[in-house]
Amino acid sequence: MAVSVQATQIGTARFWRVLIYTTLIVFAVMYLLPLWVMVVTSFKTLDEVHEGHMLALPEHFTTEAWLSAWGTACIGLTCEGISGYFWNSIKMVVPAVAISTLAGALNGYVLTKWRFPGHKWIFGLMLFGCFIPFQVVLVPMAQMLGRLGIANSTTGLVFVHVVYGLGFTTLFFRNYYEAFPNELIRAAMMDGAGFFRIFWRILLPSSGPIIVVTVIFQFTNIWNDFLFGASFAAGESAPMTIALNNLVSSSTGVKEYNVHMAAAMIAALPTLLVYVVAGRYFVRGLMAGAVKG
Amino acid sequence: MTATTTLTASGRRSDRAIGWLQGQLPKLVLSPSLAIIFVFVYGFILWTIVLSFSKSKMLPLYQFAGLDAYDRLWSQPNWYVALENLAIYGILYIGLCIVLGLLLAILLDQRIRIEGVLRPIYLYPMALSFIVTGTAWKWFLNPGLGIEKVMHDWGWASFTFAWLINPDRAIYTIVIAAIWQSSGFVMAMFLAGLRGIDQELIRAAQIDGASAFNLYRRIIIPQLRPAFLSAFIVLAHMAIKSYDLVIALTGGGPGNATELPATFMYSYTFTRNQMAVGAASAVIMLMTIMAIIVPYLYSELRESGRGR
Repeated sequence: MAVSVQATQIGTARFWRVLIYTTLIVFAVMYLLPLWVMVVTSFKTLDEVHEGHMLALPEHFTTEAWLSAWGTACIGLTCEGISGYFWNSIKMVVPAVAISTLAGALNGYVLTKWRFPGHKWIFGLMLFGCFIPFQVVLVPMAQMLGRLGIANSTTGLVFVHVVYGLGFTTLFFRNYYEAFPNELIRAAMMDGAGFFRIFWRILLPSSGPIIVVTVIFQFTNIWNDFLFGASFAAGESAPMTIALNNLVSSSTGVKEYNVHMAAAMIAALPTLLVYVVAGRYFVRGLMAGAVKG
Repeated sequence: MTATTTLTASGRRSDRAIGWLQGQLPKLVLSPSLAIIFVFVYGFILWTIVLSFSKSKMLPLYQFAGLDAYDRLWSQPNWYVALENLAIYGILYIGLCIVLGLLLAILLDQRIRIEGVLRPIYLYPMALSFIVTGTAWKWFLNPGLGIEKVMHDWGWASFTFAWLINPDRAIYTIVIAAIWQSSGFVMAMFLAGLRGIDQELIRAAQIDGASAFNLYRRIIIPQLRPAFLSAFIVLAHMAIKSYDLVIALTGGGPGNATELPATFMYSYTFTRNQMAVGAASAVIMLMTIMAIIVPYLYSELRESGRGR
């Protein structure tokens, strides 16, 4: 009697385990499916895209679509692929990430270790800047960039991304330095170390993880941005996301879905690569950006 | 003689100046960022508010027009379409992301051996640009070549899925793609919440004989309140700002079927030459987000102060 009860209990437990695993795996497949479709489509010929099965592996594996997306696909009036725009994105993202991260580190340092009355208000005001709908600054920013002579340029975009990234980078470093022991700072001050020396010699060497988190967060955000790129650099200096959208939504000629998917993959690869290599830090950044505390 | 005294005096003065400067150094370091935020966030918000009270059409025109732009905004049928779509999209997106995220987090928290493989799979869409997501889903849902054709090839000849070109259904394709993109992130937030719950509490409840269902309903899920709140805040603010995904997936169409406030603002400001109306819509978007974010930031900052 007791044995059979135990046996059914083990039976139901096993049933639940199987159900849980099945559910989780079905969801994993659903999350992977669009990526799978993107990858296999990008390696097919256009004929196979039209006639074959969307989920099937390519019958005639070809990198033609990738080469075309990179070098010869037509975007607007020019047919030079997305490579130029890819470099535009690189030229935009590297300085923007570097400057906003450095500024964020300094701000976080001041707001935790050199506090002054009202520091919390200042921080709150900076933080709010991260959450505004950017629609509310688009026209003034367009006017300003025009007057400064950096409209439709990578320099302009770098500037915009630094400005609206500051809140987040400051948030990351502030929360990280908050937990850094004040005793070490005080001891260094006794020894006569000044503001920058303490930052350079004591805080920065132990900031490795938060620098990685911030850099990844900023890199992903800026690389993936569309609104600022579309508003302030729609032409020659447009970043990758704008070019991809123009390529896909252009209404002239035959729709080369395989080329579209290859271009989408090229746009996605840098951030995906970062995610694969340093996913842990990426998630930490997302969480810190969502839940401050 | 006199020369040396003046030298030391000026030396002392410059010493004092350096001392003062060093005292002010932290504030000096902070001030550029602060100035930038004040000008480019708060100054620009004011600027947009000014524009929303002006007669601006194609270019800014600083002539006071009172509430004219707001009147015109609220008499645009398009604006109501945008608001209605935002309501549908926002409720479904936030609700389903939370349900799905919570479900996946709870299931993943059952000592799953392959958790390390599954978790990154649920989360990777978050690393993609909405433009990439939109492009991929546009192809995936393509009527004729996408999932519809797959079903036909598998023998389900009557299967139709043409939501992308159906004005009544197109908004739901945006919901689907957006959930695909963000639900893994919500899962991660809930998973972190679950891992933070005191295990003693759970053990005590188990000893008392609580069933698994009751354990979750009565003890674990109520403990996740902070995770629910953050998930709501993040998703609500993403929903209101949604722009890229709509542009990539439907371009606001068919017709104006997937118009959202963000796309409305952009087209009225930059292509329809009604800058004042666009500015008014941006101000309304800002106020909506403020209603959600300001109380949240205020309570968070106050709490972190009390803890210290």
